Amino acid sequence: MEQHQRQRRMDKVVPIEHVLPYFFHGMTVMVGGFGGVGNPPTLIRAILDKGVREITMISNDTAFPYIGIGLLVTERRVKKLITSHIGSNPNAGAQMTAGELEVEFCPQGILAERIRAGGVGLGGILSDIGLGTIAEQGKQKVNVNGKEFLLETPLTADVALVHAKRADRFGNLIYDSSARNFNPLVAMAGTVTIVEADEIVETGELDPEEVVTPGVFVDMIVPSEGVNWRWAWEK
Amino acid sequence: MGVGEVKETENYRERIARRAAQEIEDGMIINLGIGIPTLVADFIPADKNVLFHAENGILGTGPSPAPGEENPMLCNAGGFPVTLVKGASFFDSATAFAIIRRGLLDMTILGVLEVSQYGDIANWIVPGKRVPGMGGAMELAQKAKRVMVLTTHLDKQGRSKIVRECRLPLTARRAANLIITDMAVMEVMEDGLLLREVMHPYSIADVIAATEAELNVAEHVGVFR
Repeated sequence: MEQHQRQRRMDKVVPIEHVLPYFFHGMTVMVGGFGGVGNPPTLIRAILDKGVREITMISNDTAFPYIGIGLLVTERRVKKLITSHIGSNPNAGAQMTAGELEVEFCPQGILAERIRAGGVGLGGILSDIGLGTIAEQGKQKVNVNGKEFLLETPLTADVALVHAKRADRFGNLIYDSSARNFNPLVAMAGTVTIVEADEIVETGELDPEEVVTPGVFVDMIVPSEGVNWRWAWEK
Repeated sequence: MGVGEVKETENYRERIARRAAQEIEDGMIINLGIGIPTLVADFIPADKNVLFHAENGILGTGPSPAPGEENPMLCNAGGFPVTLVKGASFFDSATAFAIIRRGLLDMTILGVLEVSQYGDIANWIVPGKRVPGMGGAMELAQKAKRVMVLTTHLDKQGRSKIVRECRLPLTARRAANLIITDMAVMEVMEDGLLLREVMHPYSIADVIAATEAELNVAEHVGVFR
């Protein structure tokens, strides 16, 4: 391996310009966050500013119209969603009803496990969630020891976008309270995983006992410019 | 407000929540849905020690923070800032649902669009009209040890939400255990619904007339005020 490549594997901190080539029309992007909490604001802004369209987005929800990934929907950059809930973003519902946005709904815990399965190299998972409902449509049924399960397929993405509270230069990550949610799962499931971190420290400064995501899953780290929206609960 | 005390201004939502809080036992692990279920936390007596589970990755959420004390990264599943109680923990979404699927929730409290006399629950889609998605409702309804449904008895068009068979796509089959509305408290039994209590000022006849589902009437029907 070339020396500069080795150095890049040990120090993944890059300016935002370096991640822009990884955002492209028609990309599949997976984003951590729940109701906007844990969405990476700087990376979302970069996608918007670059003008990327026709995105397939895998995310728990679509946040709120002007918060986090909600903006990608509001500005009509998303053509397909794989998600569990769009209720807090009326633009997503309106676009879906108008036939402009394809939405594949997945029970929330199953979405988490499908992303995890993709991230950890599994061929799928078996679960009984949604049996006897329309959520079982199109899914293979598997009988294990006399019990029926649905086969849920793994999810991966061209790019996985992660928000972390603290990262070291290798990419070891610590999350922030309930902003953890889907982030550690998404971090494992990208062909390229890009982390936006509120704080970046030298490698060795994080306590190995506290690291949630091992840096080996991470490809690039950009410093966060912080949340650039007002929360729904703020007056 | 003290427990059991009725405010002059108490509305039906608060009354449902106050009744629901009576079902909560010391030591329970509970998930509260959005809407009326969220209000239940305000009515649990201080001597009952429970832990609230939030499916966005918290076990041990506490009351809302004082204005100005909010941490935007510390929110419940409805997106509102919360605090933590002693013994709280954070975890990712896979673990949040591991707790649910593994059957570790003693109770989940949900709102519904329809609930049937067999306990079938529909609460995630009105095809062609309102399609918010199921979020975590399928796992919660299917796997919590006890499923309590809190809802208005009638929908906005005045139709019974307590039905013989759900018309809307289901969230989970045979899931609900107890249904509390602004008119009645009904338990889901093997042979259908049992009317256990009426909410003041409604009569048993009022409830039966307003309910599409078949109701068996308990020997002693209480009145909740």
